[in-house]
Amino acid sequence: MEITRPAMAGTLESSDCQVTVEKGEGKIDLTLDSAVINQFGNQICRVTMETLERLGVDSVKITIVDKGALDCTLKARIEGAVYRSLQQKEHLPWGGMIR
Amino acid sequence: MSNPNKKRLRRTMMFLNAQKPGLIKDPYIYKPDSIMLDLEDAVAENQKDAARFSLYHALKEIDYRGVERVVRINALDTPYWKEDIRCCVAGGCDAIRIPKTESANDVKLVEDAIAYAEREFGRPAGSTLIMAAIESARGVMKALDICEASERLFGIALSGGDYTKDLQTHITGTGIELMGARQNLVIAARAAGVQCFDTVYTNLDDMDGFRRDVETIHLMGFDGKSIINPRQISIVHDIYTPSEKDIVFAEKVVREIDEKKAQGIGVFTVDGKMIDIAFYDGAKRTIELAKASGVYKGDL
Repeated sequence: MEITRPAMAGTLESSDCQVTVEKGEGKIDLTLDSAVINQFGNQICRVTMETLERLGVDSVKITIVDKGALDCTLKARIEGAVYRSLQQKEHLPWGGMIR
Repeated sequence: MSNPNKKRLRRTMMFLNAQKPGLIKDPYIYKPDSIMLDLEDAVAENQKDAARFSLYHALKEIDYRGVERVVRINALDTPYWKEDIRCCVAGGCDAIRIPKTESANDVKLVEDAIAYAEREFGRPAGSTLIMAAIESARGVMKALDICEASERLFGIALSGGDYTKDLQTHITGTGIELMGARQNLVIAARAAGVQCFDTVYTNLDDMDGFRRDVETIHLMGFDGKSIINPRQISIVHDIYTPSEKDIVFAEKVVREIDEKKAQGIGVFTVDGKMIDIAFYDGAKRTIELAKASGVYKGDL
């Protein structure tokens, strides 16, 4: 999947995270802001990379502002931002690339 | 196709915005019987897409510890409902609530889409139940048709806000504006052998009014109530918990009917009251409610 349009999903409310995706430069360029970066930074990065890989995104500038999101929320917001960028809202691959 | 969850206990159904991670991550701690993950009115128009991703992963990854997971999809006159159903079924929700139901055909449309999604996502056929929300005068008039429209349908619910607008009145807090609809829906549900749920009570500053409201719908025969705040749960469960006197009487009725039936006796008395087989299901339900409420110590 190629990210060409900037898109955002999520909020800055507690237990949520805000994910922004923009056109990349041939690699995954991750910027993470989290109050729990020392405890969960590696975990957040791992879930982000796994989710992007599953979606087939290998070139993106992704910015995550984390407010204590669970893994399931992080995945949901990354997928939300990516599919918004693609402007796809129907016939989504639930249980396939989204899982 | 008979789903054993059709008749499960549903005293409280707590509405939660599916788009809010803080709300949907651990509502089981409050011990409602069911949660209602909302994709409809609680979710802003420009967040419908994001809410589905949030819902899907919550359904797949959060252990709700036995609390039933119902999803309210968007109405059938919106562009969202078909993808809502794909998302719900793929995530493995227990049931789908149809808003603004006005006919048996509305139920059949959703039933067909669910069956298709169950095949698409490899879910067991018939595993996704349906409930229908009645929100208009036409819906009330068609309640029996709606109740009998699908084997998947476990119950109907009154949605008071939209219903009173359609009736050209408003919620007063007295319940007078809801009397006709409530009575009609309970009668239709009982005639069809499905459950019936009452509308939300939105004034969280008036817990005495809420208690009176729940006492009323309990006496009318409703199976439970839609709720919007965890503070409302204990009041509903308290009112739906049978008293010690009720439990003792129900035990006697069940035992006596079982015994007298074996002796070929149809009518007899328990504590001075005439009893026959018509009392059996009610007494069994009292025992089941007592068990669910954690107050039953007997061996039936």
